[in-house]
Amino acid sequence: MIRFEQVVKTFPDGTTAVDHLSLEAPTGKITVLVGPSGCGKTTSLRMINRMIDPTGGRILIDDQDVMDVDAPKLRRGIGYVIQHAGLFPHRTVADNVATVPLLLGTPKAEAKERAHEVLELVGLPGDFADRYPAQLSGGQQQRVGVARALAADPPVMLMDEPFSAVDPVVRDQLQDEFLRLQSELGKTIVFVTHDIDEAIKLGDQVAVMRVGGKLAQLAEPAYLLAHPIDDFVSDFIGRDRGYRALSFTESPRLPLAPEPSVALGATVDEARAATGDDWLLVVADGRPQGWIEPERITAPIEQGMLHRGGTVATEHGPLRAALDAALSSPSRRGVIVDDDGKLLGTVRAHQVLSAIERADRPEVHEEDIAPTESVGEAAP
Amino acid sequence: MKTLDLSYVSDNWSDIVHRAWQHAVLAGLPLLIGLAIALPLGWWARRSTRLRPFLIGGAGLLYTIPSLALLIVMPVILGTKILSPWNVIVAMTLYTLALLVRTVADGLSAVPGDVEQAATAMGYTPVKRFFGVDLPLAIPVIAGGLRVAAVSNVSIVSVASLLGVSQLGYYITNGYQRSYSIEVWVGIIGCLVLALLFDLIIQLVSRALTPWLRVRGAS
Ligand SMILES: Nc1ncnc2c1ncn2[C@@H]1O[C@H](COP(=O)(O)OP(=O)(O)OP(=O)(O)O)[C@@H](O)[C@H]1O
Ligand SMILES: [Mg+2]
Repeated sequence: MIRFEQVVKTFPDGTTAVDHLSLEAPTGKITVLVGPSGCGKTTSLRMINRMIDPTGGRILIDDQDVMDVDAPKLRRGIGYVIQHAGLFPHRTVADNVATVPLLLGTPKAEAKERAHEVLELVGLPGDFADRYPAQLSGGQQQRVGVARALAADPPVMLMDEPFSAVDPVVRDQLQDEFLRLQSELGKTIVFVTHDIDEAIKLGDQVAVMRVGGKLAQLAEPAYLLAHPIDDFVSDFIGRDRGYRALSFTESPRLPLAPEPSVALGATVDEARAATGDDWLLVVADGRPQGWIEPERITAPIEQGMLHRGGTVATEHGPLRAALDAALSSPSRRGVIVDDDGKLLGTVRAHQVLSAIERADRPEVHEEDIAPTESVGEAAP
Repeated sequence: MKTLDLSYVSDNWSDIVHRAWQHAVLAGLPLLIGLAIALPLGWWARRSTRLRPFLIGGAGLLYTIPSLALLIVMPVILGTKILSPWNVIVAMTLYTLALLVRTVADGLSAVPGDVEQAATAMGYTPVKRFFGVDLPLAIPVIAGGLRVAAVSNVSIVSVASLLGVSQLGYYITNGYQRSYSIEVWVGIIGCLVLALLFDLIIQLVSRALTPWLRVRGAS
């Protein structure tokens, strides 16, 4: 657990970047610091590994004041990922990743081996290991940055806008992989972003900061969306927060209608037999591939003929996904699949909406600004 | 004008090679010593905004001292014999420093900020970071400064023949006094070849030390 106690940072020029910040980042959870530019997120993050020393208050990691630990030693136990990865351009990918193990005195061969393991973990196959950073795309560099931070298996990770310099598609992918990785590794993570959507997607709890370095609200994402504490927070989290809050509401049992479908490669006659003059769902191995318009059924069905605009939701996924599936489907019927991706049936938007109306509102906790009680506090 | 009599060169070949070697040592050794001293000074200049103008300005000032004057006062300052090669080596080290302190500081400034930050955040101590990250990345800039210093050293060393320290400059002064142009040419061409050799060596070493700059897709 990382605990900020009344932390203040005033720079020599008189700028107060962080002002009496108190919060707790629980062990094994992702705490996101979010807020407008210049609100002191980076400064707060860097005080944890002593890249910046506070001018007031203290920061404890597992009840140890960071100021009592030798700075380089402290940093070797804390993974750190920054916006443009900051890879060492003169070292190969594997050598970059092996940096901290080598600083910790791990024998060379062992550190190399560890580097390959971690690269595998972040989805970079072996032939990337001997490249230099300049030979990688931005997204790949960012993965190496994450691998480098993970190499020595630190219990704590600090991440400063790690995904903000890549395009939206890659960002989404990196975020998903990051969550998958975290579900396996369970690190104590403090994650900085100025993107509220990212904060809500990734955070177990979100700390909204306002300019001047003050904490505005600390809460779980669903709670934050439902109960912003003041105008600043509600403006910051944006307009369509009602819709976004659906991400946190698990779908109840939706009234699924059976959907006629044909397999890829079906002949014109088979397809015509399956549908009247309506859009027809095409599957492969039971998994939805896309919709086809009746007018286009003039030859055996192949991938190129399909409309792929519709999204697919899983049976017990969030209501937002179910609603989106219905809204994005050309037939207006949202495709619902099971956990293996096999077709279960379809649902219409009005059915999802009535499910939403019946669904529980997000729970209310007494935790507006007071630090949350941390889970799994008994870390070594 | 006398016909160019190349037999002078073949008759004196071993002497020429010997003096060329001495010239190379007098110009090259200060390059290495100067670099070794310039590294910490440049590092210091880069770190301390207060000391930076003094270190870089002071070092630059050294270069404005006329070479002959510096060579003449060296025995007085060092207490060495007037013919000692150390006079030349120390004087040339000072000239090398004059050029390299700024170069090293510039080279270190060229290291990208996020790379430095990342290194610190990984837990590098300042000294380890200097040798492990900052210095390797500054190599191209430092090599550029070294090439200038090398050429400058080779040319300034030839002045030392006026003090009687043996090197290629001897042929220039001696040939001039005897109005024997082929001997002057031996001195000039010898210096030129030496300077080119230094330049080539520095470039090759710098290339060998920076393989990452030549990979496909590197900018
Ligand atoms: N070394 C410094 N000296 C003086 N002021 C500084 C220094 N570093 C940061 N600041 C100021 O402190 C405030 C907070 O900066 P910080 O970098 O923590 O913001 P941030 O929330 O990370 O912003 P961004 O989203 O733009 O990265 C800003 O007003 C900034 O100008
Ligand atoms: Mg920042």
